[in-house]
Amino acid sequence: MSNIRGKYAIVGVGESDLGRHLGRSGMALQLEAVTRALTDAGLDKTAIDGLVTRPSHGNPQFNYSAVLAGRLGIAPSYFTDVALSGAASAAMIVEAVAALEAGLCTTVLCVGGDAQTSRSGPRRGGLTNWIEDFEHPFGMLGAPESYGLAARRHMHEYGTTSAQFGAVAVACRKHACLNPTATFRTPITLADHQASRFVAEPFRLLDCCPVTDGAAALIITSTERARDLAQAPVYVLGLGQGFSHAELPYATSMTTVAMKSASQRAYAMAGLGPKDIDVAQLYDCFTYVVLLTLEDYGFCAKGEGGAFVEGGRIELGGALPVNTGGGLLSHGHAGGALLVSEAAIQMRGTAGERQARGAETAIISGQCAVTGINVCLIFGKEPN
Amino acid sequence: MTRPVIPQANLDTKPFWDGCAEGKLLLQRCSGCRAYRHPPAPICPNCLSEDHDWVPASGRGAVYTFVVVREARAKGWDKMVPYVLAVVELEEGPRMLTNLANVAPEKVAIGMPVEVAFAALDGTTQLPLFQPRQVAP
Repeated sequence: MSNIRGKYAIVGVGESDLGRHLGRSGMALQLEAVTRALTDAGLDKTAIDGLVTRPSHGNPQFNYSAVLAGRLGIAPSYFTDVALSGAASAAMIVEAVAALEAGLCTTVLCVGGDAQTSRSGPRRGGLTNWIEDFEHPFGMLGAPESYGLAARRHMHEYGTTSAQFGAVAVACRKHACLNPTATFRTPITLADHQASRFVAEPFRLLDCCPVTDGAAALIITSTERARDLAQAPVYVLGLGQGFSHAELPYATSMTTVAMKSASQRAYAMAGLGPKDIDVAQLYDCFTYVVLLTLEDYGFCAKGEGGAFVEGGRIELGGALPVNTGGGLLSHGHAGGALLVSEAAIQMRGTAGERQARGAETAIISGQCAVTGINVCLIFGKEPN
Repeated sequence: MTRPVIPQANLDTKPFWDGCAEGKLLLQRCSGCRAYRHPPAPICPNCLSEDHDWVPASGRGAVYTFVVVREARAKGWDKMVPYVLAVVELEEGPRMLTNLANVAPEKVAIGMPVEVAFAALDGTTQLPLFQPRQVAP
């Protein structure tokens, strides 16, 4: 264990107004505490590159730390939510110190707090959080609509087509047919994709990953310890996180996102570039997201993701096999966990019929908030 | 037009919804750096100032992107489909999530000029929708 005694220090403190029935959301109170802490520290907000939050329980909100980053107008290189109830506020310091020690960031803002006596009634919005009021009444109720807004913009800016989305669906299904554990193993063609009904146009049914049940777990230890264990080790070569937006409608760009900064951080840590990657496991809640990721990860130029996925280039045997297990689209949803386990299996070389021949490096994407919150991992068969 | 979900104002958003109830589209403008912002928030994401004014917007903008929702995703929305979910870029700069009214879904295009058109949800709540706007040739 590395000794971090005396290595890190608290340099700013801020508290919000306190009371009962303040009529303000938990996030509003947290923002007040944050601005006071920045003033106390004499730091500009741009100095903050790490953000650890305990989401408000009274006012639940997905992707809490990222939403807070958006409200502060900052783009941290490390951010996470700590959901450990009463232990969270102390646990946030543990997270902050671990991130600092790992060199993922230099200055971390930790913030917790709640508005438990100011909960709203049964109607949406109000004090629950201020996003829902500006989304739900207009019928933005879930992922197909919100990702569809981004996909439509990409089609407009770069001429991307529905058939190009279809190429991603076909590749994932083709790989799933080689994967005995995949959820969806009936072959599909591009014509099947084009004939499937519109759900949230431009998305057809076969552009959307079905919601399925499943899970995957990984165990990580030191390289030294790994040598004594049963399996061939799969090495973590690089990782990076990036934030561009928590709310797609207001994103600076809908078509160039923090997949770019996340991958650049991972590439830099690994000392590798896109040309060194043999296989990719890319978060495919919708077909469109794969071609966007290929662009921002540097596998092709901006706007060329549509052309890149055509002609079998992302299928096994192609230039860059993508989602060799079938991805979320056909392997299973599992919150993206199967992408990480599949990458490890590919690096072990034990993927059977769906093994990418000679693959020694794998890149993995995790994303949410309609492409605004991104994590990129690079695994290797060898440690260097 | 009945909708299953009705906004409920809090201290940060009440002026916006009060404006809608009076047929006015209001935008928050930071008193520090004069930047407009939407949706309403307690601090300015540009300069972190808490001070702000509520300024009437022109109500004009253009479609930035849109989706035609053809399948209801939750109870109560089946009577609404198909509907156009759109992001409109306002003349003042901020973007607004909305629905397009008085236009067939197949006629909608990115860049289409639009203007605000309020729709009553109940006795006290008006929702800011947008409809196609005639542009002088």
